[in-house]
Amino acid sequence: MDTALAHATPADAAPSVAPSEPKMSIRHLDFYYGRFQGLKNINLDIAPRHVTAFIGPSGCGKSTLLRTLNRMYSLYPGHRATGDIFLDGENILAPGVDINTLRAKVGMVFQKPTPFPMSIHDNIAFGVRLYEDLSAREMDERVEWALTKAAMWDEAKDKLKQSGMALSGGQQQRLCIARAVAVKPEVLLLDEPTSALDPISTAKIEELITELKEDYTIAIVTHNMQQAARISDFTAYMYLGELIEFGRTDQLFLKPRRKETEDYITGRFG
Amino acid sequence: MIMTARATSLIYRRRLRVNRFNLFMSLAAMTFGMTFLIWILVVLFAKGVGAISPSLFLSTTPPPGSAGGLANAIVGSALIVGVATLVATPIGILAGIYLAEYGRNGWVARLTRFINDILLSAPSIVLGLFVYTVYVMNVGHFSGWAGSAALGLIAIPVVVRTTENMLQLVPASLREAAVALGAPMYKVILSVTLRAVRGGVITGILLAVARMSGETAPLLFTALNNQFGSLDMNAPMANLPVVIFQFALSPYDDWKDLAWGGAFLITLTVLVLNILARTVFRQSTVR
Repeated sequence: MDTALAHATPADAAPSVAPSEPKMSIRHLDFYYGRFQGLKNINLDIAPRHVTAFIGPSGCGKSTLLRTLNRMYSLYPGHRATGDIFLDGENILAPGVDINTLRAKVGMVFQKPTPFPMSIHDNIAFGVRLYEDLSAREMDERVEWALTKAAMWDEAKDKLKQSGMALSGGQQQRLCIARAVAVKPEVLLLDEPTSALDPISTAKIEELITELKEDYTIAIVTHNMQQAARISDFTAYMYLGELIEFGRTDQLFLKPRRKETEDYITGRFG
Repeated sequence: MIMTARATSLIYRRRLRVNRFNLFMSLAAMTFGMTFLIWILVVLFAKGVGAISPSLFLSTTPPPGSAGGLANAIVGSALIVGVATLVATPIGILAGIYLAEYGRNGWVARLTRFINDILLSAPSIVLGLFVYTVYVMNVGHFSGWAGSAALGLIAIPVVVRTTENMLQLVPASLREAAVALGAPMYKVILSVTLRAVRGGVITGILLAVARMSGETAPLLFTALNNQFGSLDMNAPMANLPVVIFQFALSPYDDWKDLAWGGAFLITLTVLVLNILARTVFRQSTVR
């Protein structure tokens, strides 16, 4: 661990809906794309081993918020975040944080499947090799473990040497989930993981997310409100860079506190 | 019924006419271009294929009136182009990586890109004169090294450009996916992005080799020529383009025949390299 990490506990109370200590706490988070402010004073807790969904119309900042959680934005000059994001009490926005170690702990799966141009086995081994020195046998076991976690083992076990790019879209996406799971992260960020997939693959991945939350903390961005309602425990509704409402998913969908939320989930807007 | 109504409609018929006209014009333009290309190839084949014989590859360039081949020129060309490729490839790939992955839109990258574009379109004779001035004049003699330097200057911008263009084709999501696993930048580039476009980069190198193997002007000022077989890169060195240039302008028939043979050989090499680039390596982009 990086000793430069500032240990701190979130001083301000966020909407307290989590049953236990939050895995991640976002405090006073502002985000800028150059001069444009993409996120405005976001305060949010992400509960451990639960699924937290971010919903809202296009451009509302839900993906931006997700991408601050592993500092993916720092690839791009001009993108910056101010405020605090605590992961187990450590501020990941603090200077001196080792960004690669952070990303090894906070994994991410993207909208489009992104298999690497290598075999299925190597796709999964790539991330593991970065941080662990495993023997060939241990690596094989890890690959099997990860593919099993991602409900891919039966389909992939006979073609581990084949290119990951030769798989179908749904299989590619599960391979990407396996790849993210293989490095044993603590948090999994899913950025619209099913929007490029057919309904059957979508169902498989939703099932998978429900299983994965046994071990992982999951944050998911989705365009699909039914999906948020089906798989998430907590839902955040965002609009124009602001967090409008955050609460238990059943509550938010059945009895939203805010008029704007109600308009959006009933389809009167967005 | 609907179909006939449509077919007789004035607008629709006009559209068909415009379509036919455009198709005709583009076919005519293609035929015009292809005619000359095929003409060149046919002449080259007719005149060159007769010169192809074992002795073309086994004996060195002869004095006028006696038998000989192009062995020294073939070996010289291979050496000069080979050294140039070995030097230009890593420089070009690394510079291309810098432009696409690190520099991006910073001023250093923009300036480099601009200069690279100038170098890419610079007449090759200028590059030859440059090497002549800074190297050949200083050491006092023509040499294979000087030839390689001049050809390398031609190849580097080609490799830089193709590498950068190829890397820019890699979707940002692939790069992000590797970064998201906690991979450091160099690892992302070597194992993921560069690997994803390997075929394209190799194609760029092959095209640079093809371009170099036909260049005459820069070699006239650098490697010059050598009547004898020589593997000494530090001495003047025979090479196909300059031998062709010299022999084709000569009044001797046997020299002219050898020039045709050499021209045929170069064209064949370039053709094979292009076909390789387009078939074998394109498919290996993804393994």
